[in-house]
Amino acid sequence: MCRSKYLHSVTLDENLCRGCTNCISRCPTEAIRVRDGKAYIIKERCIDCGECIRSCPSHAKKALSDPLDIIKRFDYRVALPAPSFYGQFRDEIGADRVLSALLEIGFDDVYEVARAADIVSMATQELIRSGEYPKPLISSSCPAVVKLIQVRFPGLIEHVIKIQSPMEVAARVVKKYIHKDKKNVGVFFISPCPAKVSVVKSPLGYEMSCVDGVIAVKDIYPLVRTIAKKIVKPARLSTASGTGIGWAHSDGESDSVNTERSLSVDGIHQVINVLEQIENEDMKDIDFIEAMACPGGCVGGTLSIENPFIARSRVKRIVRKNRNPVISRDIFNRPGFDISWTKEIYSRPIMKLDEDIRVAMQMMEELDRINEELPGLDCGSCGAPTCRALAEDIVRGHADKTDCIFLLKDEIKKVARQMAQLEKRMPSALKTGEGRGGNA
Amino acid sequence: MKLNFTIPENDMSLAGIASTQLKKKLLQIGIPTDVVKKAVISLYEAEINMVIHGGGGDIDIEITPEEIILVLSDRGPGIADIDLAMQEGYSTASDDIREMGFGAGMGLPNIKKNSDYFHIDSKPDMGTTVTIKVKI
Repeated sequence: MCRSKYLHSVTLDENLCRGCTNCISRCPTEAIRVRDGKAYIIKERCIDCGECIRSCPSHAKKALSDPLDIIKRFDYRVALPAPSFYGQFRDEIGADRVLSALLEIGFDDVYEVARAADIVSMATQELIRSGEYPKPLISSSCPAVVKLIQVRFPGLIEHVIKIQSPMEVAARVVKKYIHKDKKNVGVFFISPCPAKVSVVKSPLGYEMSCVDGVIAVKDIYPLVRTIAKKIVKPARLSTASGTGIGWAHSDGESDSVNTERSLSVDGIHQVINVLEQIENEDMKDIDFIEAMACPGGCVGGTLSIENPFIARSRVKRIVRKNRNPVISRDIFNRPGFDISWTKEIYSRPIMKLDEDIRVAMQMMEELDRINEELPGLDCGSCGAPTCRALAEDIVRGHADKTDCIFLLKDEIKKVARQMAQLEKRMPSALKTGEGRGGNA
Repeated sequence: MKLNFTIPENDMSLAGIASTQLKKKLLQIGIPTDVVKKAVISLYEAEINMVIHGGGGDIDIEITPEEIILVLSDRGPGIADIDLAMQEGYSTASDDIREMGFGAGMGLPNIKKNSDYFHIDSKPDMGTTVTIKVKI
């Protein structure tokens, strides 16, 4: 095994965290607790969906990505802008100026990830045509959704499409075909997405990623914008099709796979609802499911700058004006060109209470019993997202019943009452009204 | 361990609540994924039946290290011909229900497919009790 340690990119800036409970209740895997006035991420549970980054009013949740300087380590540098990158800029700038600006700030070439999206669409269409798959297929392009499935919906792993993401395909096309003769080629994804940062470090479905660095859209945006605005007549660098660029927002991917029986869902909590329904076998009439953790799709990624709805409308305008054909099948049809996953993914049963079913069942009974005692308000004051999560923390030995302020208050009341009663009691050697003089 | 749910009549928005809860618990206990899937699908189908045909009712679940036992009892009209009800495609669901995507007559056959033991106890006007067992 290459990397046993599970890496993820979402982190906390302790100085900014005020210990409020906004993030804990939004987390889809109950991965956050507040302890000693600061949020704490349970690493094994985090799926990098970015929901906590979105909900933190103090901006204390951050995603680690690579600094632009990382490109200096390579002799030949290729930028892979995500389709959603174009949506960050005002219409008058346009894709060509954005790409030209990337070349001016230190990249030697650009390869639009939207072009690789066309390749992934071809592979997906082929899979759907084959009919040999459990219905419905679930797209694997959103890594947070794949991780969510591993953690909360292990029964759906077989539905996940075992094809590399457009980012990974783009990196491979650059390294293995376009610039295969050059030495020390570095390939950098311009990312709206924190989950892409971690998936490059610990890949899903293959051993090693061909991406050498992931640069956050928000980090590179100011520089690109300043330069792009000054470009008078940009070269025609954008060759991606409208279909490929459409992957930037929800519906884009499902529109690209050419089946009427597709469904797209965005926003992690809505994704969960749809996955529940698939598990109930309620969606056998659907061929393909596009599931995106971020609201609006990748334009809603937390490493982006622009409001997702504004970005989406811009991307839609770019797509409407686009006259580039879908990428030719040349690369796709080359002998040996294979973008299938080479490694299985497995369930990550992080919610499991114990390895031994009997012990786990006893713990579950205890958990249910404690849960009954708790007020059921899910107020978050104890630092756990729900009363049930606190009950779980208690049976796991990480918390105590008195972490619940309501139970604590009850306890204090009880003790206070006992103290009051004690206060009333006279020492047994003395009887009330029985002084030295004896009975009058 | 035991779980109980009460399912109200004719509220489709609540159908599936018991199966979702059961799934969470089974995964937390560490029951193998394929077993969880069978139990959850069986319960979901039976739960839907209970809402559509049974006028709501009670669900009693027992989980032992060997098996998962689901008992659903309703106070509905009962099933006149159980053999007929078991046939794929046979359904007495109303058009309203069919418009919601249910009532395809696949519910009971699907439970049979996903369970290791399936028994229906029903007489007209006496309600229906369905017992399902899934081995771990």
